[in-house]
Amino acid sequence: MDLVMLLTVFVLAIFVGFEVITKVPPTLHTPLMSGSNAISGITIVGALLAAGATSQHSPHLAKVFGLIALIFATINVVGGFAVTHRMLKMFKKR
Amino acid sequence: MLSQGIVNIIYVIAAVLFIVGLKGMAHPRTAVRGNINGAIGMLLAVLATLLSPQFGFDWKFVAIGITIGAVIGIILAIRIAMTSMPELVAIFNGFGGAASVVVAAAELVRYFKMGADGSVDVAQMSIATVLAGLIGSVTFFGSYIAFGKLAEFLAVKWKLHTWQKLVKGGAALVFIALGAYIAYSYDFSVYSILSLVFLIITAVITYAKKAVFPGMQAIKMISAVATVAVGVMLVLQVMGIQSFTEQPMDLFWLLVAISALLGVTLTFSIGGADMPVVIALLNSYSGIAAAMTGFVINNTVLIIAGSLVGASGIILTNLMCVAMNRSLTNVLFGAMGSTQQDVDVDEVYKKVKSTSGDEIAMMLEMAQKVLIVPGYGMAVSQAQHAVRDLANLIESKFGAEVVYGVHPVAGRMPGHMNVLLAEANVPYDKLLEMDTVNSMMDSIDVAVVIGANDVVNPVARTDPDSPIAGMPIIDVDKARTVIVIKRSLSPGFAGIPNPLFAMDNALMFFNDGKKAFVEIIEAVKDV
Repeated sequence: MDLVMLLTVFVLAIFVGFEVITKVPPTLHTPLMSGSNAISGITIVGALLAAGATSQHSPHLAKVFGLIALIFATINVVGGFAVTHRMLKMFKKR
Repeated sequence: MLSQGIVNIIYVIAAVLFIVGLKGMAHPRTAVRGNINGAIGMLLAVLATLLSPQFGFDWKFVAIGITIGAVIGIILAIRIAMTSMPELVAIFNGFGGAASVVVAAAELVRYFKMGADGSVDVAQMSIATVLAGLIGSVTFFGSYIAFGKLAEFLAVKWKLHTWQKLVKGGAALVFIALGAYIAYSYDFSVYSILSLVFLIITAVITYAKKAVFPGMQAIKMISAVATVAVGVMLVLQVMGIQSFTEQPMDLFWLLVAISALLGVTLTFSIGGADMPVVIALLNSYSGIAAAMTGFVINNTVLIIAGSLVGASGIILTNLMCVAMNRSLTNVLFGAMGSTQQDVDVDEVYKKVKSTSGDEIAMMLEMAQKVLIVPGYGMAVSQAQHAVRDLANLIESKFGAEVVYGVHPVAGRMPGHMNVLLAEANVPYDKLLEMDTVNSMMDSIDVAVVIGANDVVNPVARTDPDSPIAGMPIIDVDKARTVIVIKRSLSPGFAGIPNPLFAMDNALMFFNDGKKAFVEIIEAVKDV
């Protein structure tokens, strides 16, 4: 995809983000942060591609970096969604 | 294996699930479902990547990485106490930033060794790599500082626990080891030695005992300018316009090292009550870093997910700034209390009246409507369960109605108090926003303030010269009676006395938050 297309996606996604997030009540701001943080762990996709590349396509060092990134991103994703779930389950109506 | 077309369609589905998931956060009823939708989106994105033609099918590192990451993530998520949630979110933000840096590094290494793979524009790749490295590094190091300040082992004078010493020393060692590794790997080239120097300075700063030290502002400014300069150099280097170094990776690591110093100095001087702003801002950065990584590897799902998070963090940052009536620049470059004025504290507190648990119990017996205003002190003394017990007791015994008024910046992160009260089984429809409670303040018979100070200081309304002038507050002074539970008359973060404590309708109950509530509960039982 060319740069203009990617930039279009970037700008539109920011607007969608603004629209969606402004409707979140202050009560849920902490789970919003941990949940959105888990979503920012989407870098896991880049980490997987770097860590799983074959050595014909990628130098060993790049694969090692991929492994490190994968550990960070997985902590972020798994931990983030899990702790958000734990928090949200506590919010009950009377 | 799937075709790239199908993989891209799955990425779109994942992006939609992220948006739907965040939309679910609009109400506590739908939020659990929303979070699960987000997690399903993430799972789809991961599976699609593992089956995509871009994936090299070398499973060894992938299996190791996912296993280690998942185990650590699950343990952290299960074991963390709700009071420590700000620390956890800070550290997760940092990991997101770090992942972006290292993915950008991996891509750059691959590019220098193998050349462009044809699908990526070199200009786009180089600029995005620089931004991912820069923002990611600021996020990681800034988050470490935020974590350390929340966990109270950075910028403190007192003796540390063993685990705090281990984390603090371990982190400083890792920073220096990273610098040494960079210097060694690139044969002690000028840029690699500079990287080492910057990382050593970074490590040394984390050992400062005071949040503000001489030369701090200068280091902040210099590292900000240097970051931009090195970023531009790296872009020119990668694009082949100008060659600065034989081994271009050393320039990338120099960028990471200077950004580290920038991230550390930006967050180091930020005090406790400003933490919600910083956490929200770092949350935003971690999203933007992920979006930039999307530009590096030409992947739309990263761009969409990253910008959603970036937008979310910016909105929260803005809400927090509005709730303190301060600009973001003011928070980051620290000018709190610059309008220092001489107030005679003894004069302000001349008419302070103190009270006891028995007296409070009698007042609660007469009350029809009770408001509880929690602050960070409730988290510190872990009083949320005692607060809930008292509320239940006076509702069942006296038939009064109890509601909670939560200020947007109460606690150490947005929504912190709400999570603690939800943990104590307080139903969410009792957690009211500041504007709602202010509009019903006339009907409040007793307002109980626990561990909050500046956010209920009427000076914000009355004195235009005060450091907190114009900050929206919860107007507990307009309730019929105010009970303030506090250990002493010491000032809050703003460092100014609070005339509320001496008002005619105010009573002080000098006690630890949790003990105070336990005492009141006993007294109410005896009524």
